[in-house]
Amino acid sequence: MEADLTWRVDGVEHTLAVDTRTTVLDALRDRLGNTSPKKGCDHGQCGACTVLVDGRRQLSCLGLAVAHDGSEITTAAGLVDGDELHPVQQAFVDHDGLQCGYCTPGQVCSAVGMLDEVKAGHPSAVSDDLEADVELDEDEIRERMSGNLCRCGAYSNIVAAIEEAARA
Amino acid sequence: MTQQLDTTEIGAARGRVDARAKVTGTAPYAYEHHVDQATYGHLVLSSIARGRVTAIDATEAFAQGGVHAVVTHENAHRLADVSDGELAVLQSDRVGFRGQIVAIVVAEDPETAREAARLVQVTYDEEPHESVLDADSPDLYAPDQVNPAFETDTDEGDVEAALAEAAFTVDAVYETPVQHNSPMEPHQTVATWDHHDGRDRLVLLDSTQGVHPVRQTLAPLFALDPQQVTVEAPFVGGGFGSKGMPHANVVAAAIAAKHSGGRPVKLPLTRQQTFTLGGHRTPTVQRVRLGADADGRLDATWHEVVEHTSRVKEFAEQTAVATRLMYDSPNRRTSHRLHALDVPVASWMRAPGEAPGSFALEVAMDELAVATGVDPVELRVRNDPASDPESGHPWSQRHLVECLREGAERFGWQTGVPPRSRREGRWLVGQGVASATYPLNVMPGNEAEVEALDGGRYAVRIGAVDIGTGARTILGQIAADALGCPVGAVELSIGDTSLPFATVAGGSAGTTSWGSAIVAAARALRDEHGASPAVGAVARGVQPENPDTEQYSIHSFGAHFVEAHVDAHTGEVRVPRMVSVFSAGRIINPTTARSQLLGGMVMGLSAALHEETVIDPSGRMPNHDLAQYHVASHADIGHLEAHWLDEVDEHANPMGSKGIGEIGIVGAAAAVANATFDATGVRVRSLPLTADKLGG
Repeated sequence: MEADLTWRVDGVEHTLAVDTRTTVLDALRDRLGNTSPKKGCDHGQCGACTVLVDGRRQLSCLGLAVAHDGSEITTAAGLVDGDELHPVQQAFVDHDGLQCGYCTPGQVCSAVGMLDEVKAGHPSAVSDDLEADVELDEDEIRERMSGNLCRCGAYSNIVAAIEEAARA
Repeated sequence: MTQQLDTTEIGAARGRVDARAKVTGTAPYAYEHHVDQATYGHLVLSSIARGRVTAIDATEAFAQGGVHAVVTHENAHRLADVSDGELAVLQSDRVGFRGQIVAIVVAEDPETAREAARLVQVTYDEEPHESVLDADSPDLYAPDQVNPAFETDTDEGDVEAALAEAAFTVDAVYETPVQHNSPMEPHQTVATWDHHDGRDRLVLLDSTQGVHPVRQTLAPLFALDPQQVTVEAPFVGGGFGSKGMPHANVVAAAIAAKHSGGRPVKLPLTRQQTFTLGGHRTPTVQRVRLGADADGRLDATWHEVVEHTSRVKEFAEQTAVATRLMYDSPNRRTSHRLHALDVPVASWMRAPGEAPGSFALEVAMDELAVATGVDPVELRVRNDPASDPESGHPWSQRHLVECLREGAERFGWQTGVPPRSRREGRWLVGQGVASATYPLNVMPGNEAEVEALDGGRYAVRIGAVDIGTGARTILGQIAADALGCPVGAVELSIGDTSLPFATVAGGSAGTTSWGSAIVAAARALRDEHGASPAVGAVARGVQPENPDTEQYSIHSFGAHFVEAHVDAHTGEVRVPRMVSVFSAGRIINPTTARSQLLGGMVMGLSAALHEETVIDPSGRMPNHDLAQYHVASHADIGHLEAHWLDEVDEHANPMGSKGIGEIGIVGAAAAVANATFDATGVRVRSLPLTADKLGG
């Protein structure tokens, strides 16, 4: 069974008919050819498919495309401004916060979404004071980024990259 | 002594040349390449551990519409060579393990393929099976050799007499579980059959650690000349050994593409399927006996290993091999025994042999330190051998002692503090140390090509693969120094069988093996065409043999220092701090090297704290996903430091470098285990170090 859907992906509007079983991730990768979000587990366990949906980080493998009619989706490919990398992306490059690169677009999107959550004052499981402004130290970053696995073990550099991007 | 390069680019901290493509997600991995007229494959895996497939009913699957083929043992393309039990995909009705390929669905789109695969009805004649390792099984056997070609057993001196006379002894059994490489990119292949130069051609886009090895393995299966198989792997989302040799999924993709009406087949494995098809580290049961004099000097070292292997294909991990040379011990005995089971095929996982073997030996050394009252760092220093105990050869360099000394200082190692004597709130605090070693492996046969371009630029070509190591970056640096040009003048091409032959990205051997070929090609260009070659001048170089590898024992070494916190009430273990120092020859690129060393340490911490694949009596791997097979996440990793000695090993290769891909994981789990003992006084001899083993 197919259904029609219109959404904006990385600033471009697309109208397509999708199988109602198709996930956001598969629609992006197999239908639109946008392979910036990666399929690491297809079960919401690894974070490689993380994109921004209407500005919030989301696991694209856990959403059905038909449920996202009208959504604004941003992948890591869409975070660039012309030739300029997003500050989070530039910090990942500067700190070598990547190795094989397969988890990287998800880490980047997750970090961008996470920094917005911090600005909005969202506490995490390691925040001492749930009402206070968040002080984004290493433990806060690690806790908030733990949905994004990196088997190459680039965590130290990713945390350093995010700390720098947060200061910028 | 190999002729050393003058280094300008080598040693410079260069950023990863493909970083921009990776942070934007635009670097294309195998499945992500656009191919016209693609079809999609999905595998059906066996639900029994041993027996025969008696019937396959694909009626419902075909009723989906859009299903092009259901390939089974009854209709599958016949392979020309079925001698490799793992790769003989759909060539008989036999089932050798739970999770083996019994059918491939080829369909118009991925959703249809997956649903149709679910609807394929397979009937079995099930036979009795064994799937759980039993170190006391009467069926244990000695393999002819252990991976890749080491002696199965060694026996030097009289270890039993030495143990009987020793002032202090350790005799304990250590266990490591099944572990899975779990690269973030699951194994995936795009396969197409076409015609080229009047002959059939198999075109593969694959997630592999070696394009030429895939070609060499698949060509005879399909009765092809190697030239009739092309393999591309421009970007690979990690491997850690699991993509070091082609597994059944690659053969399945090539077979599926024989049944797709000439159209390409994209065949990704699901994460779950990678657990039974992508290889794993064998579980080990290791008995270690040490005998030492009153000062802690070893006189006897006896390391016996039992591990499993699949009845489908033997893999014998070289778990005790590093013990043969790690410490000075006049009397030494090592052995490996296998228990053949109806389980998936074990294979390479980062530092096969050294990783599980070092857990046993380095925890045993910690136990010896406790028994003798000698500080664990000092105990290792006292037992440092002047030459390789196994071969008798001199070391090219052995700077383990320097790693231990520098690491102890950087870490702030405390001597003379008894176990379970430090506490911070609810956390019991301990420190642990372990040594690491990894051999210089050299894979022979690499070739490279250099072509002079205009404007003083050079094309450098070799079929190497960058699986995240940084090869794409550092091979350019090596080429620049070999050619005496800036790194920006090098245009490097890798990852394709159309390029000169390259061996696998594995065994920490890539840089040595590929780099030596690039240096040979650059020197050939200079010899044949001078300092200012005409545009279009081409030279090829073959990696020369290095006679020093026969005359010297060439190894990397390292020392890990870990601070562990154990919750006094629950037994939960946290590692807030780890400091490691390595001796690995010249570091080609400090940026990418540091990342790779840290990555090995993280995988070692993950093995220490989390990783365990269960194989249950039914032959299932019930925790076959990334939620239940937990690998270290951001929150599991504290402050890590990777340092190295500033040195050059002129016996190793023209760059003076040794491998760094695996040394980081070796010994890491033992250091954690030793730190948890220091924190709690509880000695845990099996991985992972979960709360249930430390609590109470």
